[in-house]
Amino acid sequence: MSIAVERREPPRVSGGEEENGHLGELRVDPIKLLERVRSECGDVGVFRLADRDVVLLSGAEANEFFFRAPEEVLDQAEAYPFMTPVFGEGVVFDAPPERRREMLHNQALRDKFMRGHAATIADEVEAMVAGWDDEGQIDLLDWFAELTIYTSSACLIGKRFRNELDKRFAELYHDLEQGTDAIAYVDPYAPIESFRRRDAARRGLVELVEGIMKKRAATPPSDDEDRDLLDVLMSVSNEDGSPRFLADEVTGMFISMMFAGHHTTSGTAAWTLIELLRHPAELRAVDDELAELYAGGAEVSYQALREMPHLESAVKEALRLHPPLILLLRVAKEDIEVDGFTITAGQMVGTSPAVSNRIAEDFPDPDSFQPERYIQPREEDRSNPWTWIPFGAGRHRCVGAAFSMMQLKAIFSVLLLDWEFELAQPSETYRNDHSKMVVQLQQPCVVRYRRKSARTPAASGRPAP
Amino acid sequence: MRVSVDLDLCQGHGVCESEAPSVFELGKQAKVTILEDRPDEGRRTEVEAAVRFCPTSALHITEEE
Repeated sequence: MSIAVERREPPRVSGGEEENGHLGELRVDPIKLLERVRSECGDVGVFRLADRDVVLLSGAEANEFFFRAPEEVLDQAEAYPFMTPVFGEGVVFDAPPERRREMLHNQALRDKFMRGHAATIADEVEAMVAGWDDEGQIDLLDWFAELTIYTSSACLIGKRFRNELDKRFAELYHDLEQGTDAIAYVDPYAPIESFRRRDAARRGLVELVEGIMKKRAATPPSDDEDRDLLDVLMSVSNEDGSPRFLADEVTGMFISMMFAGHHTTSGTAAWTLIELLRHPAELRAVDDELAELYAGGAEVSYQALREMPHLESAVKEALRLHPPLILLLRVAKEDIEVDGFTITAGQMVGTSPAVSNRIAEDFPDPDSFQPERYIQPREEDRSNPWTWIPFGAGRHRCVGAAFSMMQLKAIFSVLLLDWEFELAQPSETYRNDHSKMVVQLQQPCVVRYRRKSARTPAASGRPAP
Repeated sequence: MRVSVDLDLCQGHGVCESEAPSVFELGKQAKVTILEDRPDEGRRTEVEAAVRFCPTSALHITEEE
C-alpha cells in the first residue's frame, strides 16, 4: 500500500434523499436498488441506510477483497442488528471463523456424518408425505418451512429434541424470520407489528423449550446413545450446582444454530421445484437421473452423497437466480483502498449475491434458467468463485453448503420418485417477498401433487397410467 | 503434480481426508495439513477427487515437469 494516495470517495447512487436514505427502497425493492448501484457506480458504489453509508462491492475483484478480508478489517459481528432480538442478547449472529470451525466439528456438519443425516432427512420427508392423499395441494412456503424445521433440528440438535416438536414450533419460527424488517437499522425495537410478533414468537419458543427441558429432567435419556445436544447442555452446571444454561439461553442457541440453514434451504427447495416445473425438459432429465440411480432400490442415505449432475445443477441454478440472502454486510474497522476508492472506517461494506450471480460477463444469458452451465467444460460456478456466491465465499463461506446440497438431494429423491407436481397458479405469480431482510416466498405459492402410479425404473417419462 | 491449499478458504470439512487420506490430514485440526505436496502419479485419481469435491474449492493441483 502506498502512503501518499489521495482519498477518493466512491460514487453514490441516485435517490435516497429521504431522512433514512435508501432504507425505504431497500424495504420495497432491494434488488432493484442494488442493481442500480452497480449500473450507475460500477464495482464500488454507495447507498445510504439510515445513518450509515453502505459501500456496495460487486464484480470478481471487489468481491474477492470482501470475502478474503479478515475480521480486523471487515467485521461481521456488528453488521446485522436485526438479528439480535431474534437470537436474544449475547447470542451472536455469526461467531468468528475460529469458533465456527470448532462448531463445525462439534455440530456434526463434517463429511463423515453426512450419511446418517441423509437417512434422517429422508425419514422426515417420508413422515410428512405420509399424511398426503393420492392427490392434493401444498403451499410451498408452509410445507418446506415445516419440513426444514424437523430436518435441521434432528440433524443439528438431535432426534430426541426433534421428536418433541410439531407445527407450532415451525409457525413461531416463521414469525421470528418475518421480524427482520430493515427498520432495525434505525431501531431494532421499533413499535411495529412484525417486531411485536417477533418478540412474542421468541417468548413462545422459550416456553416450548422450557416445557421440553422440564419433561426431560423428569425422564433422563436411558443411555448415552440417546443423548442429544439438549441433554449435553442440561448436564452442564455452575460451581454451586445450579444449571449453567436456562431455557432462554438454550432457545437462543437453538434458534441461531437453525437459522442459517432454515429459510435458506426451505426457499431453495421451493425454488428448485418451481423452476423444474417451469422447465419440463429439465424436470424430465432429473426424473430420469433419479429413476436410474434408485432402480436397484438403493437407500437415500447412500445415494444422496453421490453425484447427481442434473439435480445438483438445477439446485445451483435455482440458487443463482433466487439466492436466499441478497445482501451480505460487514463494518469497516479501518480505512481501506478498494479499486482506487477509499472506504472509511465505520462505513458498512456489502456485496450482493442477487447482483453478482447475474453479471452477464460471468453468466451468459444471466436471467435464464440453464442448469447446463454447471456441466463441464462450462462449470460457471467453479470458474467464477467470487461472483457465483449464493453461499458467500472465502472465510465466511456457508459452512453448511455441503450439508444443504446433500439435504436437497435427499428431499428431492423422496419427493420426485413417488410424486409428480404441477404449478397451481400462473408461473409468474411465484415470487419472493423482499419486504424483510430474510427473503421468503410470497404467498400464495401453491403446487398440486399426485402420487405416481408405480416407480418406473430408468424410464424416460411419466409412468404409464 | 504439486498439491496446494488456500488456507483462507479451507474450513476443515475433511472431504479431502476421506478421499485421499495419505495426502491430506485433518484429524482434530481446524484446517487441513498436506502430508505430501508432491504425491506420486499412482495417487492421482484420489487426489483429483479430493480437489474436485472440496466444498470450498480450497485445493489446487499444479502440474510440474
